[in-house]
Amino acid sequence: MPRAHTYPDPKPGDVILDFVGERRTIADYEAAGGYRQLERALGMSDKDIVDALQASNLRGRGGAGFPTGRKASFLAPPHPRYLVINADESEPGTFKDREIMLRNPHALIEGVLIMSWAIRAAQAFIYIRGEYFTEYEVLVDAVAEARERGWVNRPLPGTDYTPDIVVHRGAGAYICGEETALLASLNGFRGQPTAKPPFPAVAGAYMRPTLLNNVETIATVPAILAMGGEAYAAVGTEQSKGTRVFSLSGPVQRPGNYEMPLTGTFRELIEGLGGGMADGRAMKCFIPGGSSTPALLPEQLDTGLAFEAVQAAGSMAGSGAVIVVDDRTCMVQFGLRVAEFYRHESCGKCTPCREGVPWITSLLRRIEGGEAKDYEIDLLLNVCDRVEGKCLCPLGDACAMPVRSYVKLFREEFEAHVRLGHCPYHDMSPLSSLYPMPKSLLPLVPA
Amino acid sequence: MSERQRPTVPLQGGGEGRLAPGTTQNPDLYERIQVEIAKYPNRRSAIINALRLAQEEYGWCSPEAIGEVSRAIDLSPATCQAVASFYDMFFLQPVGTHIVEVCTNVSCALMGAGEVLGALEDELGIRDKETTPDGLITLRTVECMGACGWAPMVVVNERYQEHFQPEDARALVADLRSRPRTTHGHGH
Ligand SMILES: Cc1cc2nc3c(=O)[nH]c(=O)nc-3n(C[C@H](O)[C@H](O)[C@H](O)COP(=O)(O)O)c2cc1C
Ligand code: SF4
Ligand code: FES
Repeated sequence: MPRAHTYPDPKPGDVILDFVGERRTIADYEAAGGYRQLERALGMSDKDIVDALQASNLRGRGGAGFPTGRKASFLAPPHPRYLVINADESEPGTFKDREIMLRNPHALIEGVLIMSWAIRAAQAFIYIRGEYFTEYEVLVDAVAEARERGWVNRPLPGTDYTPDIVVHRGAGAYICGEETALLASLNGFRGQPTAKPPFPAVAGAYMRPTLLNNVETIATVPAILAMGGEAYAAVGTEQSKGTRVFSLSGPVQRPGNYEMPLTGTFRELIEGLGGGMADGRAMKCFIPGGSSTPALLPEQLDTGLAFEAVQAAGSMAGSGAVIVVDDRTCMVQFGLRVAEFYRHESCGKCTPCREGVPWITSLLRRIEGGEAKDYEIDLLLNVCDRVEGKCLCPLGDACAMPVRSYVKLFREEFEAHVRLGHCPYHDMSPLSSLYPMPKSLLPLVPA
Repeated sequence: MSERQRPTVPLQGGGEGRLAPGTTQNPDLYERIQVEIAKYPNRRSAIINALRLAQEEYGWCSPEAIGEVSRAIDLSPATCQAVASFYDMFFLQPVGTHIVEVCTNVSCALMGAGEVLGALEDELGIRDKETTPDGLITLRTVECMGACGWAPMVVVNERYQEHFQPEDARALVADLRSRPRTTHGHGH
């Protein structure tokens, strides 16, 4: 009954998804040159490795886009130090790390070993979200294979350094993707963020210096060593180098993960690789970087995929999750669904988020249900202002920013709800089955 | 196991040896939790692993399960309960043998998750967050599972079923009902 999905073939220029089919076993990976970069790295000093990352100008693929080499160079010297891989992938719309782990787990493991060696990590932890059970099994098998080859739990050839990898499962909490919350969770506490400083580079896992990176970031490290930092940086724009895996979802012909050079555009991704809209629908807007990022309009499709290009267009590149919304969708319902997610995931530690995000949700629910007065749309924007930039961690912003963008771009839809006293899209919107109209209101809707 | 001594680090906020070691009712579970503890620089990091093992054993994070975790990891039951209550995958109430989860986040909702949920509710005769009266199947909605490109997305006993359509509900429920009933664990 479960329908398997098909994977598109690799394209020239792909760096992470550069293989045909699945490359789960270590033998396949080695046949394609795998683990040779680890061997090479053992002949390099830690500075050489970090320099190669700096030269590549790789920016973190977890969301914030911080330069990876620079982050590694900030790591405080005292040992023991730890390496933590963020495999918590929970930003709605994002499913790239999962595919990398399922299809190319050894690229991640080799990257982990190279970075472990570079910082002489006492241990490396891969924090994988609890729901990724199959992915967890694939990683555990991959680590076992690497151990059989002598790469794990044994001194690396010609060195006295012994790497150790623990695959650690979370248990279902979006906030554990935020780095300080992830570390709190790994340390056995409730997964709540902590104030920075101290940054993880100084006091992270077990209050020790910790390097924390996303799965895709670390899986790119072997490729960067293979081609050299400068060659990697030859692709891309001034501020965004290399390729990135984008997760495309929503009503398009061919949803899925696509690796694109950062010189590409959203049009090339959505209309080219994704085949454009499905079932003759038209696009209302698209979300460029996961549900926490402001929406962009179809006329902005030529926006570049680079971090700075998305920012100039008024949104954020975020986690690389592109969600396409079609013209039948009610944006009030869409905003309500997004806000409900953040309300559910708020950890409750700071007041603007704990109180403000439920306010945003209730106001959206009132507008969607046709109960709101006309001033409540401005009240909604007002609450967004009181949340944004005032929280301990970026989760509050992640709710306020997209909601504000929906009101700004589609204000007439919000006003129509207030004016009509019901949702003008009624059962046309794909989200209506989640928010059915009360029976008492149905007679108001023209047949 | 590693051929090398891992550095250990003290528990944050103290807590070393505060509890008198209790008597475990479940020596096998106790031992399995010790194996998890050995992977980390300190025992507290194994708390999620321990809660998961206990939940598999007792079906949910019951007071007995929390008590076993508390004794095995040497942290107070209140601490263990506080951690368990933070995460969606720990059940603080009894649940069915099988867990069916429907993602209703935006990418799945755009592709018809609401209809999938409705079909499962009709087929099971229960609503979101309820368990069938025979205690066999619990239905609940969940947030994005990281499979948005293959929406709508349903998780059955922790295994993903992508492209799930409303008409698949009947066969899924029949299949679950035909599986041998286990007293604990979630069908795997
Ligand atoms: C609310 C929130 C959720 C996040 N979720 C994730 C996540 O699921 N995966 C991830 O890699 N980074 C996530 N991040 C970003 C991390 O905090 C961190 O910046 C990132 O993992 C660093 O890795 P990078 O430098 O390789 O990008 C999240 C951040 C916030 C504020
Ligand atoms: S912003 Fe929200 S999630 Fe972040 S610390 Fe505050 S309450 Fe917790
Ligand atoms: S929205 Fe359903 S899996 Fe992501």
